[in-house]
Amino acid sequence: MRRTINLRKGLNLNLEGALPDNVSVVELMPDRVAIIPDDFPGFLPKVDVKEGDTVRAGQPLLHDKNDEDIKLVSPSSGTVEAVVRGARRKIERVVVKVSGNDSVTVDVAKGSSPEALRKLLKVSGLWAMMRRRPYDIIPMPDDNPRDIFVTAMDTAPLASSLYDMVKDNMSAVTAGVKVLASLTAGHIYIGVEQGASFPDVSGVEIVEFPHLHPAGNVGVQIANIAPVNKGEVVWTLDIVTLARIGELVTTGKIDCSTVIAETGSELKQPRLVKSLIGADLDSLLKTEIKDDGRHHRIIAGNVLTGVAEKPDGYLHFPYRQITVIPEGDDADEFMGWASMSPSKMSVNRSFLGHFLHRAFNPDARLNGGKRAMIMSGEYDKVFPMDILPEYLLKAIISKDIDQMEALGIYEVAPEDFALAEYVDPSKLELQKIVREGLDYLRGEV
Amino acid sequence: MKALRNYLNRIKPNFEPGGKLQAFQSVFDGFETFLYTPNTTSKSGVHIHDSLDSKRVMIMVVLALMPCLLFGMYNTGYQNWLAAGATEFPFWQLMLYGFLAVLPRIVVTYVVGLGIEFVVAQWRHEEIQEGFLVTGILIPLICPIETPLWMLAVATAFSVIFVKEVFGGTGYNVFNVALVTRAFLFFAYPAQMSGDKVFVSTNSICGLGYDLPDAFTGATPLGQIATFAGGKLELLNIQGNPISTWDAFLGLIPGSFGETSTLCILIGAAILLITGMASWRIMLSVIAGGLLMGWIANVFQTPTYPASFLSPVDQLLFGGFAFAAVFMATDPVTAARTGAGKYIYGLLVGVVAVLIRTYNNGYPEGAMLAVLLANALAPLIDYCVVQANVSRRMRRLKARA
Repeated sequence: MRRTINLRKGLNLNLEGALPDNVSVVELMPDRVAIIPDDFPGFLPKVDVKEGDTVRAGQPLLHDKNDEDIKLVSPSSGTVEAVVRGARRKIERVVVKVSGNDSVTVDVAKGSSPEALRKLLKVSGLWAMMRRRPYDIIPMPDDNPRDIFVTAMDTAPLASSLYDMVKDNMSAVTAGVKVLASLTAGHIYIGVEQGASFPDVSGVEIVEFPHLHPAGNVGVQIANIAPVNKGEVVWTLDIVTLARIGELVTTGKIDCSTVIAETGSELKQPRLVKSLIGADLDSLLKTEIKDDGRHHRIIAGNVLTGVAEKPDGYLHFPYRQITVIPEGDDADEFMGWASMSPSKMSVNRSFLGHFLHRAFNPDARLNGGKRAMIMSGEYDKVFPMDILPEYLLKAIISKDIDQMEALGIYEVAPEDFALAEYVDPSKLELQKIVREGLDYLRGEV
Repeated sequence: MKALRNYLNRIKPNFEPGGKLQAFQSVFDGFETFLYTPNTTSKSGVHIHDSLDSKRVMIMVVLALMPCLLFGMYNTGYQNWLAAGATEFPFWQLMLYGFLAVLPRIVVTYVVGLGIEFVVAQWRHEEIQEGFLVTGILIPLICPIETPLWMLAVATAFSVIFVKEVFGGTGYNVFNVALVTRAFLFFAYPAQMSGDKVFVSTNSICGLGYDLPDAFTGATPLGQIATFAGGKLELLNIQGNPISTWDAFLGLIPGSFGETSTLCILIGAAILLITGMASWRIMLSVIAGGLLMGWIANVFQTPTYPASFLSPVDQLLFGGFAFAAVFMATDPVTAARTGAGKYIYGLLVGVVAVLIRTYNNGYPEGAMLAVLLANALAPLIDYCVVQANVSRRMRRLKARA
């Protein structure tokens, strides 16, 4: 089955530092890899290893306090170099120094009953790579998802094609679909890009979306296919995770390799790197950043939803992208609000740049002060869901649970608000508001 | 520019907590962010932000008001010359006269309004908000030119404090601040603020213009309608000649300072719409509402309600209707905020403006009250639109159950 949904609301940001066409992939083994529990919302970490332990690729480093079977595994073999703790002994990351090539092989012959498959996903670390809605957290052990949604497109700024990463491995996708089919009584949907010639997969409904951000966000796809209602649970994952699941059940190996797009205006040459989940940025970017004397912002992920990292930081899950842009705290711009410069990026037609079809090089400045919501309807233009974002946000800010439910909080994830946050002239931290709202609701309900 | 930046950096410590000028921190902050885009970078969420900020929004609106302001200066001079029976109208003298007439009014509103903003911002330890940049220019534009300065000051202070600041400042007010100022003047000082004395500048300023006799009267077209005593309705200018539709469109008629020229208002509307600062939905539906109600009134015309003799187009040209449609009804904070709500809100403004104007004898201008009424109802309109979204979600849930 295949159908097309045409979304008109959205915005593709045209940034400098895009990948060149027909870029080849460089293989690069990182010195270190790190697993960062914060990248897996809903996962309550407990460490399984000590500093100095030797680990194999696929061996659990952490488990979830709610369900001991749910693990986060080491992406590589090597030795545990550090278990870094922050305030109140919170586990910030587990760092593994990469050495050797020794990996765990999971016994997949234990049967294909749903229980066995669930257990298999949990211990292999792949369970934690999925998310569930409501709350945008990792699936809960007793979840019975209504449907499962897979996105095979990444429309975020400067992102590389998700479909390209699994193109040569469609058999794993097919095998993965069979696993998912045993986990839900409902449908499995794959959201693909129009014109990507994604092949039909049996047991799956394929839905085509235009390449217009945020159409690649799985939340937007859900909202336009079959929105989440109160009391329902859906699972979401991306096509790469689906291929990993297929790989696991056919070979017993946990594939922790990932293709990373290194992008952004402050890189000498944007490129694709084949490396590992959680790879250290030092290895990835060693000599890649421009020496132009500017302060740099290194983002693990894309410019909208990624995490700011230090040069010695790590790639964050689920991102397959690193973006480096100017920080901008060293700029002294005189009367920027009056600027007629064509290099100012904006959706607003009072800026000359709006009319030019060019790539922009924005920095990380807010470009203004924080204000109350003044302009109306700005969020709606980049929010292709049947939700009134402004009213939902106000309900979250005022912690009104009934109103949040009524206005559709169960359908959203912070990333769905990223573009609205970008366009907001009042410079409010929308994603943070939504994440806090989801966490608050989960604590109360 | 470097020298200015260095100077600001040097004096900045004085304004920080503990510095000797810390009571002026918000003021300093306001000027600093006005001169230099702040270097604050994003701490959470998105790493890049759109270049648009509220300073730019407000400045674009002020820019859109400039044609009305400039024309208002010319027209103020023109009406004075005309009333004195002059036959030549030297452009620059007219402009200078109008400029000198309006300058004290702009200065008074800005000093009073911004002064209150500065104090409140400092008291709340917040950044100064830009909302009053627009309000401060709107107030002189919608008031008659002869409004006494002290009245302007009192009315501005009242609105800024009781309509905006007590609700939490820019972005939280229920009513349009500039319009409440106008309404305050109208209801607090009815003797001075209506009738036919205040709309034409009657004194010479710095040797420019003419001193008009005390017995001079110069009623606005809507004022003439309100005092219409029967017979054939004919609107006259202050010389006693009939007003053509063209005069009304250009704005060479008596009226509040900046509201007379429909042409200049249209230029302003174009700026607002092209830059996306105001909602076309609201503008369109206000005009649709005005035409609709004007047409209904015109179909059922009766000497009891002389304004019903006006054609629907005249209803748009006279008085403050066009100005209200473009600059007042579209204030995003006090207007409806949902897409569908904006249509209803605009229609309400348009219909009620003409309704009041036509069927309330003795009250010549309905646009002001119409917008204030719609401001009050905007949350209700939005509530209904939001409720429709909520019940769609409920139905979906039931359909699956």
